[in-house]
Amino acid sequence: MLKIADVEFESRLFTGTGKFSNSQVMLEAITASKSQLVTVAMKRIDFKMELDDLLTPLRQAGVRLLPNTSGARNAKEAVFAAELAREMLGTHWIKLEIHPDPKYLMPDAIETLAAAKILCDKGFIVMPYVHADPVLCRRLEEVGCAAVMPLASPIGSNQGLVTESFLKIIIEQARVPVVIDAGIGAPSQAARAMELGADAVLVNTAIASSASPIVMAECFKEAVQCGRRAFEAGLGRVQTGAVHTSPLTGFLNQ
Amino acid sequence: MSFVAEFAKIPRDKLLLDLYSCTAQDVERALVTPAGDLRSLLALLSPAAEPYIETMAQHSAALTRQRFGANLGMYLPLYVSNLCANECDYCGFSMSNKLKRKTLNEQELMAEIAIIKGRGFDSILLVSGEHETKVGIDYFTQMLPLVKQQFSHVAMEVQPMSEDHYRQLVALGLDAVMIYQETYQPETYARHHSRGKKMDFAYRLATPDRVAAAGVDKIGLGVLLGLDDWRLDALMMGYHLDYLERRYWRTRFSISLPRLRPCTGGITPKVMLSDLGLVQMICAFRLFNHQLDISMSTRESPELRDNLLPLGITQISAGSSTQPGGYQAPDSQLDQFEISDDRSVEQVIKQMQLQGFNPVFKDWEANWITK
Repeated sequence: MLKIADVEFESRLFTGTGKFSNSQVMLEAITASKSQLVTVAMKRIDFKMELDDLLTPLRQAGVRLLPNTSGARNAKEAVFAAELAREMLGTHWIKLEIHPDPKYLMPDAIETLAAAKILCDKGFIVMPYVHADPVLCRRLEEVGCAAVMPLASPIGSNQGLVTESFLKIIIEQARVPVVIDAGIGAPSQAARAMELGADAVLVNTAIASSASPIVMAECFKEAVQCGRRAFEAGLGRVQTGAVHTSPLTGFLNQ
Repeated sequence: MSFVAEFAKIPRDKLLLDLYSCTAQDVERALVTPAGDLRSLLALLSPAAEPYIETMAQHSAALTRQRFGANLGMYLPLYVSNLCANECDYCGFSMSNKLKRKTLNEQELMAEIAIIKGRGFDSILLVSGEHETKVGIDYFTQMLPLVKQQFSHVAMEVQPMSEDHYRQLVALGLDAVMIYQETYQPETYARHHSRGKKMDFAYRLATPDRVAAAGVDKIGLGVLLGLDDWRLDALMMGYHLDYLERRYWRTRFSISLPRLRPCTGGITPKVMLSDLGLVQMICAFRLFNHQLDISMSTRESPELRDNLLPLGITQISAGSSTQPGGYQAPDSQLDQFEISDDRSVEQVIKQMQLQGFNPVFKDWEANWITK
């Protein structure tokens, strides 16, 4: 079973809360996905309102919330956001996202590492969203992150596992769970990520922006389960060349 | 170094000819790789793209849905003053207009804020005429903290300021500045702006550079559609946006596409922009720039606004007043322009939800944004 920090997860599909047409659809999709960890942007929650349109239904559904720092443009802002989340939501889990580039929402490695160190020192369970950079993932592991969340391709792009070669290195080396985040656009891509040995995937846009979010959530649920089982069963090695039926060195045995 | 130097190098006459000599082939090529390509933007804004509007709309709607989801940001304008030291022949606030002039004091401002907050808004656009002495940096530094206490996101649409003044306002919590060039044709600009500091085309053109350099998070560009050839003006705005995005990569951008509306003492538009043209512009900009915020005000009719919801816009106002103190005490003698969609915010939201959209009132956390 997947374990992050001291929490076990039956589902290896994490989901998000953005981009849905209304909170009812969001809830039904999350329920259909069987996801047990759902990320929510701190900037979207209105703590001044007694009943926030995003938070209230999520609380009612009883899913574990993973607040994220989306909107933060540097380490300082992200640390503020995390502290606000801890205070207002009563969780010390934080998905650390710092993307000062509004165009492709590329994560800022320098600020993310700085913020991760501060937050780990403060006792947060930190799950940083980063490029598929194996060295950066190791550095984040060293400062105490509970998991790493490398991107498959730009957020919301549905491009799939563009960074596959580097994800493989990260998965091979990591001593903390690897959650592949961002860019997974189809269940087949999620299955592929799981086949590679990822510990979990986080999918939002592909579900929320689908014409049928609830059906799509179920499809992702099944794909993730299927990909994980295939990984555990052990995939056959991909041969780079043909296996010759008439070996060239057969004479050595004669 | 600002956009003024870049602008001088743009061959506007040639681009105008190009716009009107584009072929279907150019448009088809543009549809393949429209993102970030100014040649493609030109083709998509050209008359040759008109037969492709449906294709453009399908692409635009899908891209917008993918990037922004079902979300539509909700904001309201708050007019703080209609004093103006400019003469602009299309605007109700022009200095020579016999108009009741009013600037909100603290008490009046708070009364307006209370009403707007009561309607659920958390994103506000402060609007004024351009009167540097009476409604200048002193006024805004006094009022901004009051506004920022109540709203997570505060934008301003006032006269252009110096970089230093923008810096002061950023320190007080300013999030965004809307600065519309009105038209990118200097000759036309001169014709419509006959008195006041707004006559300085270049100072206005360099304003987004100063805003960005001062660290404002978001900049809104716009042209007043109807002053000159809208295709060329839109294309120039695309050039401006492209320049700014490359230079200030941390800054977010939005555009507004206001069509000239009747106002007290105002002119009739030189060029009418049809609904089809407006749709073409929205879609062309979405294809050109996937992350751009596109705002839609209450200048447009309810029917048109409802139809535009899926096509690429991302921010919308509802239940707006365009006069200082207008939320508390509506008085038609103070208006900047006539509002076309006068439905209440509840009515607009209901319609949005019927069409499968999610009104978002808060998408910004003021408390932890460092200035």
